[in-house]
Amino acid sequence: METLTILQIIWFFLLGILFMGYSVLDGFDLGIGAAFPFLTKGNEGRQTALIQSIGPVWDGNEVWLITAGGALFAAFPHAYATVFSGFYLPLMLVLLGLIFRAVSIEFFSLDKKNRKLWSATFFIGSVIPSILFGVALGNLIQGVPLDSAMEYRGTFFTLLRPFPLVCGFLGLAAILMQGFTYAAIKTQDDLHRDSIIGAMKVLPVYGILFALSTVLAFLCVEGAACNVLAWVCAVIFYIVLALTYLSLKQGMEIKAFILSSLSFLSLWGIVAAVQFPILIKSSMPGIADITIYNASSGKLTLSVMLGIAILGVPPVLAYTIYVYRIYRGKISHIDMNTSKNK
Amino acid sequence: MDPVLLSRIQFGLAAGFHFIFPPLTLGLTVIILIVESIFYKKRIKLYRELNTFLVKILALIFSVGVATGIVLEFSFGTNWSTYSRLVGDIFGAPLAAEAVFAFFLESVFIGILIFGRTKVSPRVYLLSAFLVCFGSHLSGLWIIIANSWMQTPAGFEMVNGQAVLTDFLAAALNHSTVERYSHTIIGAWITGSLFAAAIGAWYLLKEREMKYARVLVKISLLMFIGSSFLQFATGHMHAVQVERTQPVKMAAFEGLWDSKEGAPLSLFGIPVAKDKKTYLEIGVPNVLSLMLYGEPQAKVRGLNEFPQELHPPVFITFTTYHAMIALGTLFAFISLLGIYLMKKEKLYTTKWFLKLIIIASPLPVIANDLGWMAAEIGRQPWAVYNVLKTSQAASVVVSGWEILLTIIMFTILYALLFFFFMKFLFYIIKKGPSEFANTEGYGGE
Repeated sequence: METLTILQIIWFFLLGILFMGYSVLDGFDLGIGAAFPFLTKGNEGRQTALIQSIGPVWDGNEVWLITAGGALFAAFPHAYATVFSGFYLPLMLVLLGLIFRAVSIEFFSLDKKNRKLWSATFFIGSVIPSILFGVALGNLIQGVPLDSAMEYRGTFFTLLRPFPLVCGFLGLAAILMQGFTYAAIKTQDDLHRDSIIGAMKVLPVYGILFALSTVLAFLCVEGAACNVLAWVCAVIFYIVLALTYLSLKQGMEIKAFILSSLSFLSLWGIVAAVQFPILIKSSMPGIADITIYNASSGKLTLSVMLGIAILGVPPVLAYTIYVYRIYRGKISHIDMNTSKNK
Repeated sequence: MDPVLLSRIQFGLAAGFHFIFPPLTLGLTVIILIVESIFYKKRIKLYRELNTFLVKILALIFSVGVATGIVLEFSFGTNWSTYSRLVGDIFGAPLAAEAVFAFFLESVFIGILIFGRTKVSPRVYLLSAFLVCFGSHLSGLWIIIANSWMQTPAGFEMVNGQAVLTDFLAAALNHSTVERYSHTIIGAWITGSLFAAAIGAWYLLKEREMKYARVLVKISLLMFIGSSFLQFATGHMHAVQVERTQPVKMAAFEGLWDSKEGAPLSLFGIPVAKDKKTYLEIGVPNVLSLMLYGEPQAKVRGLNEFPQELHPPVFITFTTYHAMIALGTLFAFISLLGIYLMKKEKLYTTKWFLKLIIIASPLPVIANDLGWMAAEIGRQPWAVYNVLKTSQAASVVVSGWEILLTIIMFTILYALLFFFFMKFLFYIIKKGPSEFANTEGYGGE
């Protein structure tokens, strides 16, 4: 195999790892946002507790997305160009959501009078990207109209087909699982109890949405039904989901969070199995897919990027783990009790 | 509706608004690091309490900076997808490197600065302050590398109309990276230090938080004085480099139409592209030649030496450049006053000077944006100088009305963000360091 080909394959999986890291880590703080009104029911003490649970770490989590975006740009510029220009309006909505969410976390604490407003923007700003990421991915898997210059030739409504929409809600469910199980780790008493209950309510929906997406994949995605690796991942997904349910029942929240993360990763496993080596499937007859081979940067760029990843990522993992350890354990509920009587 | 023009407006809006915040962050992280080092050495509570306060302001600035920064990374794909296809082989890597090497560092350790005072040792806290400062400066380096490559592309060859990397180091350390980085960083220090000095000055005027205010004013003003003088050196270096690598831009900066031996340094003028003439010109003879070439009679090439279709919009390039320099000169003047008052030991009591600091504090932010405008508009009509025209760089599938829609969206959004940013900034400042002395976490907790 040629060096370029090997590098292209490596970068397919490295990108996968970056998106997986983003899903698991930012997944839980997006999930806290998406679960916000259901967990807090407008109680300020609960809101404060949840905001504090992600306060020190959400920023670092979001950098996974920025890294993945930069890596996609650098490694597969054509895929980056096609998706970002083709999915223009949905991605602008994602940006709108991410901006609102980022500042809401900060503003919530500064603006005691308008906590309702910042809770609402935090919630909406978390839900929009959580759904749209899945919709975008679903479209890449099902295929979109492309032309011979690799440009997207569909419309806004092309993106809203059944399979991508189900993928969007599946992504939201996965993110909610991350959020509820993380909240269970970080909180105590009734908020803790409600987090566990929330996770147990989302779990069956998550399982059903996955089944639905599988059925739709049989209909819409060519070759999905006889992809052995995807089947293996699907079986793992359901086993992990069953184990998540058991650990939630036993109140083992850390285990539940890890298992929920694993279920998310097994979804990514299916994506990789179905997609490789395609990045964006073409739905137009006679027009080639955008793959890791025709969309990539040159050998030198991919090598330099690999060097950057090898040098840069291990320290990132090391200090991220270090900082998570500093903030491990439950957060105190002093605020929660005082504001209960308001 | 011209999608290219609209995309330019949108990118200008997004980058111009974003660029308010990172320079403030950079300058402030230096001050926080200095204050933390003093605390570490002397263990005087005052310094720790001052930093608790400064970190709250940093957290606010940083959050808006992060939120608005992500727009830019998306923009290359959403609005400039042809650009991304043609130069992605080179341009993407610095953005990815920025995230991996710098932005992670900054974002993870700012979590310790904001929330970790009671959870880590003073040594780890100091180390975190250093890493946030280092990370934000390194982050700036990668962004400047990417942007400088657009100004003075190097380390690549064109294959079938696409730029292909041939030498990573040559691309990264291209002919303007060092000059542009030092000029931008010193600009950031000016911005952050005058901002911090203004906060202290306000307390001194109000006669509250005096013990914190004196320390803050002293440290930040010293930093401001040093940076504002140093900026002349980096500005000079940068100008010499622009003349060497982008002579047409330098000619536009100076409103110089005809090539001239013994060219004057322009102080004022109104260049009109239609007439190929600069009206109401005031200049100092020979100085431009002297500054750019070290010889008073050296020849400086004028705009007429280059085809007209390769001229940048001269009026706006000229005006933004001159306004930036005027502000830079004002900063040096304020520094001189500051030195004088420090020597007289009247710094903390001279009310008019304290007021002047407060009034001047937003000006470095404006100077940054003006300098950025001069640099980027002065590069037109190129997106990548002499390689790719801006008109050929935009996305082909995004329509004008879509961009118009998002311009309206961003305008409203950024107006709101700015309003709330200012509101909360004043809220934190009004509360003051003594109120925050024993708190941790986000501003209001």
